[in-house]
Amino acid sequence: MKGDHHVILRVVAKVLIPVIALYGFYVHFHGEYSPGGGFQAGVILAVTVILYSLIFGIAPAMRAITPGFARFIAGLGFIIYVGVGIWALATGGNFLDYDALFREEPGGHNGQHVGIIVIEIGVLFAVAGSMVSIFYAFAGRVTEIRDEDW
Amino acid sequence: MTGFEGATLAIDLLNITLLTILFVVAIAIARLRSLFAIVMLSGIYSLVSATWFVALDAVDVAFTEAAVGAGISTALFLGAMVLTSRTAKAEKGATKIVPLLVVIATGAMLIYATIDLPGFGDPNSPANTGVGVDFLERTYPEIAIPNVVTAVLASYRGFDTLGEVGVVFAAGLAVTLLLGFGERSLGATVRREDRESTPNKDETES
Repeated sequence: MKGDHHVILRVVAKVLIPVIALYGFYVHFHGEYSPGGGFQAGVILAVTVILYSLIFGIAPAMRAITPGFARFIAGLGFIIYVGVGIWALATGGNFLDYDALFREEPGGHNGQHVGIIVIEIGVLFAVAGSMVSIFYAFAGRVTEIRDEDW
Repeated sequence: MTGFEGATLAIDLLNITLLTILFVVAIAIARLRSLFAIVMLSGIYSLVSATWFVALDAVDVAFTEAAVGAGISTALFLGAMVLTSRTAKAEKGATKIVPLLVVIATGAMLIYATIDLPGFGDPNSPANTGVGVDFLERTYPEIAIPNVVTAVLASYRGFDTLGEVGVVFAAGLAVTLLLGFGERSLGATVRREDRESTPNKDETES
């Protein structure tokens, strides 16, 4: 690391990235009570990976979150979302009818809560995975960005 | 935005200031040729418009704009810019005039359309008397979560949101397919570096 003039960036990023990721999870799991939800949280989590790869280079980022894993997460999120819909179908309701998930009496909100939480996890996975995949697709085409290129 | 009596002047000043900044940034983006500066300015544009959405009480929209517009888009534009040149070519001839005419015509039509819109925060507007009130009244008894926006997004309009997630997923898939799994060659580089590098020489980047 001798003669590394990005040392301030690296130190600040090392402190900030975990906080940003934590904030992303806060936004996700607090989405029922405050602005935010799976979509915003997915973007924030993707930003942590992108920030890491902008500062430490794309190769270490790809070692941490492999491109295949990002694509897998994106597909998995969509499947989770559709899966909730099919779960509701299987329990006798309409597609994505959360009230039918646990065959509750009218007035029970368990199904709504679980349904919303699970589809939000699907949104989180799909958005975060897709965003990281898109970034990798662009950034992966050049191995390294030299400082004079900016 | 609701507030104390007499706060309208402050709110008006805030709106005018934010809209002026947006206007100036937009003009600057249109006149600049350096792509890096344009990408940075569009990030600033997104942040300022997110601030303005907060002033309009649209917190969820502001949040999304700040995260997507200022965060992800800027990073993706930077990634795309690295693949192309650093400056845009200057337009000449008809390409200079025609876009301006199109923008002026569209802008005039949009401004003409806003005349028919109800005033901001008008309690008698259709949005505040029809379906909006209905959602506000029904959400807590039916869904039992406090954030109406999340309830509408995830439950009442779950099918719409499924479509949106599908669009995001399809976009990610399409870009990955179009750019030809560019990370494959890089993945090979990474593996070669892993084999060659000694453990204390881990970060070979920059």
